[in-house]
Amino acid sequence: MTDITASSFVRQDLVAERPAPVKTTGFIGFVRTRLLNSPTNILLTILGLLLLWYTVIPAIKFLLVDAVWTGKDRNACLAENAGHPVGACWPYIQAKLTQLIYGFYPEAERWRVNLTFALGAALLLPLLIPRLPAKALSSGLFFFAFPVVAFFLLRGGGLTGFGVSWTAGILQLFDDSIANAGQAVLNLSQTSAIGPLLWVVGKIIVLIGNVVYWLIFPLTWVSDQIHGLGQSAWVDFLITTVIVSLILFFLGGGVRTGWRALIESLVTFAGIAAVIKVMGLDHGGLPLVDTRLWGGLLVTLVIAIIGIVTSMPIGIALALGRRSTIPLIRIFSIAFIEFWRGVPLITVLFFATYMLPLFLPGNFTVDGLVRALIGVAVFTGAYQAEVIRGGLAAVPRGQAEAASALGLSWWKTTSLIVLPQALRHVIPALVNSFISLFKDTSLVSIVALFDLLGSLHASFSDPTWSTPTTAFTGFAFTGLIYFFFCFGMSRYSLFVEHRLNAHRRN
Amino acid sequence: MSDNPIVKISGLNKWYGDFHVLRDINLDVAKGERIVICGPSGSGKSTLIRCINALEEFQEGKIIVDDIELGPNLRRVDEVRREVGMVFQSFNLFPHLTVLENCTLAPIWVRNIPQKDAEAAAMKYLERVKIPHQASKYPGQMSGGQQQRVAIARALTMNPKVMLFDEPTSALDPEMVKEVLETMKKLAEEGMTMLCVTHEMGFAREVADRIVFMNEGKIVEQAAPEDFFNHPRSERARAFLDQIIH
Repeated sequence: MTDITASSFVRQDLVAERPAPVKTTGFIGFVRTRLLNSPTNILLTILGLLLLWYTVIPAIKFLLVDAVWTGKDRNACLAENAGHPVGACWPYIQAKLTQLIYGFYPEAERWRVNLTFALGAALLLPLLIPRLPAKALSSGLFFFAFPVVAFFLLRGGGLTGFGVSWTAGILQLFDDSIANAGQAVLNLSQTSAIGPLLWVVGKIIVLIGNVVYWLIFPLTWVSDQIHGLGQSAWVDFLITTVIVSLILFFLGGGVRTGWRALIESLVTFAGIAAVIKVMGLDHGGLPLVDTRLWGGLLVTLVIAIIGIVTSMPIGIALALGRRSTIPLIRIFSIAFIEFWRGVPLITVLFFATYMLPLFLPGNFTVDGLVRALIGVAVFTGAYQAEVIRGGLAAVPRGQAEAASALGLSWWKTTSLIVLPQALRHVIPALVNSFISLFKDTSLVSIVALFDLLGSLHASFSDPTWSTPTTAFTGFAFTGLIYFFFCFGMSRYSLFVEHRLNAHRRN
Repeated sequence: MSDNPIVKISGLNKWYGDFHVLRDINLDVAKGERIVICGPSGSGKSTLIRCINALEEFQEGKIIVDDIELGPNLRRVDEVRREVGMVFQSFNLFPHLTVLENCTLAPIWVRNIPQKDAEAAAMKYLERVKIPHQASKYPGQMSGGQQQRVAIARALTMNPKVMLFDEPTSALDPEMVKEVLETMKKLAEEGMTMLCVTHEMGFAREVADRIVFMNEGKIVEQAAPEDFFNHPRSERARAFLDQIIH
């Protein structure tokens, strides 16, 4: 106590002025305290400056200062004609831009690609901006309606049937394959040592095929009748609408609570009808453009977006499957993940493109682009599965326990409590995979698909533009495009991470 | 119905691998009864109350909660869990949801109550645990005592007939134990059926109708608090009380 009273005092006179201290703030302060504050740092600063000098300056010189901006062919980009050392040859990009974006997509139809790009961007934006309302509607439009519309826009073609015909078609294919298998076993029984046994098995399989045939007969009959009529697509569409709406109505609770489901279903089908009418799908739709003609940025974006969107559900399902307590599901998931992770993407693409057709029945063909897409989606899905599993492991067991103690089922516990937390933990790793997927799309050029990089390669062979700097210009340009998309994803993921982890900030 | 015990545990046996955790547990809990389960660590107290809402499976015996029978196959587990609320030692609030969302999640998704009604009901329970003004905060921004009170409110939003407490104050700073115990006392006064695993002997003496003392997976002694604390009959209980009451 006495110490404190002894040390207290009252100042009697003003403190004299002193010169300002050595600057520690502002630019000069930054240079002093961060760049030149020790011999090592001075050395590192000098090295850094040298590095910048030898990379940034030549890049700017090449891309801007020495670049040729106008011209009609290679002559403009030759040093002897330009009068100075030539950097980037931009007229070459200008001339090849359409090829880089559309590939060999027919010129008259390119508006369809542009429309798809615009539509995609317009539907994606409301999803990306958190403040905009109606996320359920916008995600429904982007993830379900847009792919279908984009398919008919880009590829063309129309509808001859709808739900009824499709179901009938699939069931018939299934039935045919059963009958074929039965017949094959019967044929085998005539030469095999265990002939009688095989004969019995074959007969049983054929019998099953017959039973299935009669079971689905009403459906196939209706389908045939529909195709006998003039407006088959519309009749089929109406029947499908009625059936699906009624099912949803009764599943939704019938007269008591089913009205909402009924109205939603009818509105959805009205939307589908509008799309069919506008795009003229009922009478052939737009002219077909084979996917072999697609190319450039179009193919890169199609593969990347479909790969990203489909690999997520695959990854989540596999990650949950790998943690399942049901042995069959767990073993399947582990085998699936380990198989696809153990094989290089190039092998997967080769397999999908050149080997798969050998295994499929003769009249059953899958489009080349679709094959590559499936390969990419499954491959990325396996990687995502392990990333997501890491996130799942980071969620404490008590979270799931608390949720089930409140009476939530396994599905609700997983989708409302466990997965949201798990995915938040692994946003950086997920986006890492997305970015590497985006760049890996360039591998499809080895299976004769011309993505952005493939189209660029193809354009090198044009003698009109062969100059010493053509290749460098092309790579610089495509590099900038890839960087634009990947950097965009990276920045957006930081934003999402920051927003979703609001609960971790105090 | 009201004569029947609301929780009836008979012949309950549980093994972890070869280790016999719960041995022949028989316990009836009457409606409105407050039971404190105590015993040394590893005696199976937590395991026992976790069996009641099927967070642990068991190999023999049966548990009847409000006439819903739960056997080793745990077929009616969802029905039981709807009737039984649980409060954990480590709170287990959902960190990615606000306090209000924590309290409305189960009513909305399990009982299909409209969001507005669920929120109104949740606010009522948050007022009862005295934290209505923190409803929009995230659990990570609150103190341990507040989090545990939210956890109690969250369990109450499902209108449970029985509340289970698994060492609710063990993870709390001494200063915050009191506010949680006060909340539990209030709940007991309102007539809630409670099974509580705790080391808070003051709380046990004041609130409990019956003390259940467990050791090595068996119920060793059951008695009213006065008898148990003043005249423990078993040797083990006497040793236990000597250890914790100084």
